Amino acid sequence: MALLAPALLGNGALLAWAIAGLPRFGDYRGPYGLVLNRIVVPLRHTTNVVMGTTFDVRGVDTMGEEFILYASVIGVTLLLRDESGARRVERRTWRLRADAVRLVGVVMVGGGLLVGLWLVAFGYITPGGGFPGGVVLSGAILVLYLVGSHCDYSPFRNQHVLDPLEAVGAGGYVVTGLAALVAGMPFLTNLFGFGRTGTLASGGSIGILNGAAGVAVTFAMLLLFAEFLETYVVPLEPEDVGS
Amino acid sequence: MSYLPYAVAAWLCLVGLAGVATSRNLIHLAVCLTVTQSSSYVLLLSVGYVKHGKAPIFKGVPLGATAVDPVVQALTLTDVVVSVVVVALILALALDAHRLSGTVDPDEIVDVSG
Repeated sequence: MALLAPALLGNGALLAWAIAGLPRFGDYRGPYGLVLNRIVVPLRHTTNVVMGTTFDVRGVDTMGEEFILYASVIGVTLLLRDESGARRVERRTWRLRADAVRLVGVVMVGGGLLVGLWLVAFGYITPGGGFPGGVVLSGAILVLYLVGSHCDYSPFRNQHVLDPLEAVGAGGYVVTGLAALVAGMPFLTNLFGFGRTGTLASGGSIGILNGAAGVAVTFAMLLLFAEFLETYVVPLEPEDVGS
Repeated sequence: MSYLPYAVAAWLCLVGLAGVATSRNLIHLAVCLTVTQSSSYVLLLSVGYVKHGKAPIFKGVPLGATAVDPVVQALTLTDVVVSVVVVALILALALDAHRLSGTVDPDEIVDVSG
């Protein structure tokens, strides 16, 4: 304990010194932000420069990010999925009967799906994008679990449906990159026409990569939830089911 | 005031690390780790802030208007995604640890075998 105070004081002083040596907040020095803000809209016709950066300027980097997501989902699946062959028996849960809750739930599911689709579809024009939109979409589907029952939710935790769709999202990104290679250009070259600025048809492959990311994120989140749900909901012994 | 965001980032990072170091519960540890990771969001976004800059989205905004750095915003997006999946992985490991040893206290999980 006697050593703690001097250590805290010393390190605190060093930290304060380091922070005081940084450029002041708002005193931006890097060239890249200023350059990208000038060139992305004229060159790529996407008005959301953040998404233009994510899916074009550093598109290869985002592909790596998508595979981090993919690898992590695989990791969770391998850790939690029960391959022992024992057939799991569904625990019967109480069905939520309150009409008010169910009504609010339906509104939330519908509204959430709408907002999520909008965020994904217009992600490269207005604030949004495949990543946040995908999370909102999967969140809207999870509300179905909250206000419905296991039966209502069961299509969204079927691994045979979720696994391929997640792969389509991650693979679609790579295929878009390979299409450029086939056309004789470097990987992930934006080879589709850039369209008119500020419309859904703008950005060329940015829109496709954005959609692929949206699909990948939506189903990655649903897969993660399905795996946790399967572990969390303790299966009943077969003889308990009849009672 | 002009150094406050950096100080906030440093504080979030340190307080999260302190939580991880003293944690007695793997779930609590995962939450502390997200606190530490959120310090990187604060740091990245404050590094890219341009005085009086708006969001780098030029829908209905004339090109050339002062806007903040889009690169750090894209990096923050990556950061958030990685943070979420890392937490998912840690929670899955915590569930496994609980199934094998019956506890989520790192100090009580003594029986570590392959």
